[in-house]
Amino acid sequence: MTLFIEQCLNGLQFGLLLFLLAAGLTLVFGIMDLVNLAHGSLYMMGAYFAATFTAMTGSYLGGIAIAVVATLVLGMALEVIAMRRLYGRDHLDHVLGTFGLILFFNELVRLVWGPGGMNLTLPSWLNVSVELLPGMQYSMYRLSIIIVALAVAFGLYLVVMRTRIGMLIRAGASNREMIGALGINIKLLYTFVFGVGAALAGLAGMVQAAILTAQIGMGENILILAFVVIIIGGIGSIRGAFIASIFAGLVDTVGRAVIPDMLKLVLSPSAASTAGPAISSMLIYLLMALVLVVRPAGLFPAPGQR
Amino acid sequence: MMKAITLRNALAAIVVLGLILVPVYAAMIGNNFILSMATRIVILAIAATSLNLIMGYGGMVSFGHAAYLGIGGYVVGILAFEGIPSGFIQWPVALVVSALFALVIGALSLRTRGVYFIMITLAFAQMIYYVGVSLSRYGADDGLTIQRRSQFADLVNLNNKTVFYYICLACLLASVFLVWRLVNSRFGMVVQGARSNDVRMRAIGFPTYRYKLVCFVIAGTMGGLAGVLLANHTDFISPAVMHWTRSGDLIVMVVLGGMGALFGPVIGTVAFLALEEALPFVMSKTIDPYFIASGMRPSEYWQIILGPLLLMVVLFARGGIDGLLARIDRKKPA
Repeated sequence: MTLFIEQCLNGLQFGLLLFLLAAGLTLVFGIMDLVNLAHGSLYMMGAYFAATFTAMTGSYLGGIAIAVVATLVLGMALEVIAMRRLYGRDHLDHVLGTFGLILFFNELVRLVWGPGGMNLTLPSWLNVSVELLPGMQYSMYRLSIIIVALAVAFGLYLVVMRTRIGMLIRAGASNREMIGALGINIKLLYTFVFGVGAALAGLAGMVQAAILTAQIGMGENILILAFVVIIIGGIGSIRGAFIASIFAGLVDTVGRAVIPDMLKLVLSPSAASTAGPAISSMLIYLLMALVLVVRPAGLFPAPGQR
Repeated sequence: MMKAITLRNALAAIVVLGLILVPVYAAMIGNNFILSMATRIVILAIAATSLNLIMGYGGMVSFGHAAYLGIGGYVVGILAFEGIPSGFIQWPVALVVSALFALVIGALSLRTRGVYFIMITLAFAQMIYYVGVSLSRYGADDGLTIQRRSQFADLVNLNNKTVFYYICLACLLASVFLVWRLVNSRFGMVVQGARSNDVRMRAIGFPTYRYKLVCFVIAGTMGGLAGVLLANHTDFISPAVMHWTRSGDLIVMVVLGGMGALFGPVIGTVAFLALEEALPFVMSKTIDPYFIASGMRPSEYWQIILGPLLLMVVLFARGGIDGLLARIDRKKPA
């Protein structure tokens, strides 16, 4: 039972990590109508920035703070230099152009940081476990990820639902042309949204870098999961992305833990150990295919995207 | 009126002629690498051509087309592994299995449109990828080495590199011909009409869903054929063939060459793969000498040029290489 709770917490943590990535992606997708495959590269850049700056400053939190600002600036620069020119183009052009950016960033990282990965060492106060329930130890680091990500999600909710800029963002997701016509400086808004999305992706990369390592191409597989999440949630909807992220994270993590055991009940042990990992890896995609077949525009489509 | 001799047609002719002459050139300079690379180009051009059929003409952007490469390849690999080396069995089974997969994937995916279609095809491709990863009997992650290429009794010997190359080239030309016949038939017109305006096509009485599905299955089968050839070419099949970045590569090839142009994907594949080979070479000759002192070799980092180059193509050369040539053709006085 404690194992199950622990898996659920891990799933929640993974889901929230996905949310950090998906939030920026769904905003960029919903507002600028841009399919940004290079979002995973920003995730990777965040991880490398964090590894570099924490080593440089000697302080974990200081390094993370600088790295978040750095990815924000990088994202804004990227928007001004390249992405801006892709708006209004075909989705295919986005795929091709941002695919080129992935190649660029992967090679840039190899040039600057070398082909080996980079470790991000945790400070000792994070590298402990806490007793959540009697007899149940849980990693302090994972717990703090959950808390920080929930705080970020809540902050995003406040910004999007309670501020003027959030109102503009929501308006942009429903009807792009109209808010431009109403005299809003749409270019600035786009740059801002893209930058914030980049910073969130970078933050997700930093968080993950301490669990795994910062590696070239680390953003590519998780990017696809983030896309799955925003499709399930409905493009342009932060609420949808949040619910779908947690759902996907739980399904993926708990599925990996439970499915091989369940299969052992009906299959021979060797067949179960072969099929188990495959089915649990497929689960998240199966979920998306199911959602799309039943609701072709996702669970919570933003008003303008139906 | 259409002119027969335009830059577009000239380039297509040059590319086809070039591909036909590759083995002669390779034999002349005794370089097997060129032939092997040309084989790879031709095989991937088949896949790109099939993707162009659904993407360029049908407006169905499949982000999971590399899955068929894997399916075709795995059928060959698995049958060879289980002691059925005959190509007379392997090839038809591979095509039928690819078609069946395309039928199921298409039937479900075509319920969605636009970005959702892109993502659902990707999801199916990922599922198939993970099936490949889990096939522990057939090498799982590490892939499966194919001991013997498909056997065609005494008819042809695929181990002969030149013969194999011409078989691939014949398949490519047949694929292009098939696409040409298809898009100019009534069937192709319906599919293209559905791309332009699906609602209107349905209103005038075409069940567009069925037309698009058939088109999707044809493209999937052609993709499976490319997979069969690829597995025979490399004597190896692994899930890496189906990784989503491979599907991305295929899209890049089609868009680079010119979507919805008959020879666009062929030109795009040649350009993309040739660029991958040529860029490091050119850089090592031009830029590297300036960096000798620093001990760095910029040519190792050629993708840093390739990436922005692709972005430039998107920004400044709409319609890919074919579109560029078509614009030059139009500018010239008739």
